[in-house]
Amino acid sequence: MKRSQETSGLRAPSRRRWGLLFLIVYLLFTLAPIYWMLHMSLRSNLAITSSFAWLPESFSLANYATIFTDPAWYDGYINSIIYVVLNTIMSVTVALPAAYAFSRYSFIGDKHLFFWLLTNRMTPAAVFLLPFFQLYTAIGLMDTHIAVALAHMVFNVPLAVWILEGFMSAVPREIDETAWIDGYSFPRFFVRIFVPLIKAGIGVTAFFCFMFSWVELLLARTLTSVDAKPIAATMTRTISASGMDWGTLAAAGVLTIVPGALVIYFVRHYIAKGFAMGRV
Amino acid sequence: MSTVKPVNQRAWWLVLPVLLSVAFSALIPLMTVVNYSVQDILGPSSSVFVGMEWYKEVLRDSDLHSALVRQLLFSGAVLAAEIPLGIALALAMPAAGWRASLVLVLLAMPLLVPWNVVGTIWQIFSRADIGLLGYALTRFGIDYNYSQSSVAAWCTVLIMDIWHWTPLVALLAYAGLRAIPEAYYQAARIDGASRWAVFRHIQLPKLRGVLMIAVLLRFMDSFMIYTEPFVLTGGGPGTSTTFLSQYLTQKAVGQFDLGPAAAFSLIYFLIILLLCFVLYNYIKDAGTADGKGVS
Repeated sequence: MKRSQETSGLRAPSRRRWGLLFLIVYLLFTLAPIYWMLHMSLRSNLAITSSFAWLPESFSLANYATIFTDPAWYDGYINSIIYVVLNTIMSVTVALPAAYAFSRYSFIGDKHLFFWLLTNRMTPAAVFLLPFFQLYTAIGLMDTHIAVALAHMVFNVPLAVWILEGFMSAVPREIDETAWIDGYSFPRFFVRIFVPLIKAGIGVTAFFCFMFSWVELLLARTLTSVDAKPIAATMTRTISASGMDWGTLAAAGVLTIVPGALVIYFVRHYIAKGFAMGRV
Repeated sequence: MSTVKPVNQRAWWLVLPVLLSVAFSALIPLMTVVNYSVQDILGPSSSVFVGMEWYKEVLRDSDLHSALVRQLLFSGAVLAAEIPLGIALALAMPAAGWRASLVLVLLAMPLLVPWNVVGTIWQIFSRADIGLLGYALTRFGIDYNYSQSSVAAWCTVLIMDIWHWTPLVALLAYAGLRAIPEAYYQAARIDGASRWAVFRHIQLPKLRGVLMIAVLLRFMDSFMIYTEPFVLTGGGPGTSTTFLSQYLTQKAVGQFDLGPAAAFSLIYFLIILLLCFVLYNYIKDAGTADGKGVS
């Protein structure tokens, strides 16, 4: 045993160094395209398409100025944020009791229901766009934020249930039982005791819902035209104009990372604390 | 589960909001698609019932067969690259402190870029004349042009997907690793277990839950990949990067063959469902065979 301790003691630092090297190389790979987007966002359209430069030759914020002064651009951000936040709140709210049911009880059809939920992520968007359009037109929700938020629940709710169920299963059932004995009603127990206990799970779930709703384009574009048009759809507009407006597009792209980066910054401790996902 | 969960049918009431909200936006469009798939839609108000005709036509379509093969290869390559890479990243990431926060935020960035923007960035980033990647590769003497060579186009789409989605696997695996109690590692140290043995017998089984979600998510999403290759290569050169979704969209929107497209998307959906079911059971069984199920 002594020998093995020695060898692991000898080998651990060098392994850590390789690990660090790998991590740095990978982060460079991750950041390179993002650097290029930032780089493009600081250059003029002409400079982008005509010449290669490792560093932007000028530091111009003109592209950003366009976005912040043109309502067609900044409204896109506001619209996206509204429906993404709505979707996140709605998805987590409906997923919480369901995840509790899956983690605490068995009931007829529970396993089938769980898998059925997942199957809703598996529908290829292309052909479902038209039925979605017809459905939301029929109920008069076209071009509203709530329509996109509702449509995005199809892929976010199953994921939210799955993640939350993992966190809830890690909470010992004795806590629930003690609360029943103390005379708590279910809603009061759930809101006052249980939800605070799985705060980390709610944070992580909210991050995933936010992310998947933020980056989705096809449904969001189909269900909106003017009033709720998302930023990602605004960005496709630049293609139809005279040539591509690469600089503004890159600046808009840089700005789309900001809200999500803030969200992950707030939930970083919850992710670093770890979660295991019980149900397999 | 350590103890048997009590049977309680009233739990259905707790599941009801999820059921209703998902069913509203999922089942109604699904039924509409089923309806399309058995009709020949001639105009807004005239259609003819054709039964299984479209299904037969779709199943005989040889372009679809090659798109399916391309798709299977692509999703296989995505899983083979992203899952091990994501686990390796999670193992290499710092466990706590400001470094961990920094790495988490940097790593998550690709996930937060809207999908059409991902395609747009890579479109420029990979160009040999004005893009960092293309320029660097050309400087190294590699003849690289993703808009002409199908191999280069294929590799670019794959590397783009790895760039885009490996962070998701890494985040999930990282969270899974952090949930392993320190006592497990202490026990392994006492036994003098090698690094590989610790990984194989402690970390990997404990990661089963998060890896299940990572594999299924990556599988489904890569199998339905549309926006990114559409923007990057437009499916070309030729049809080398035309994956199933894009072929489907060409049919549904380009040729407006709504009936066949609906039949196609239902078959598509069933293929994903079947493969997910196989993966789900495979990972589940791999865990029970180890005798080290999570929780």
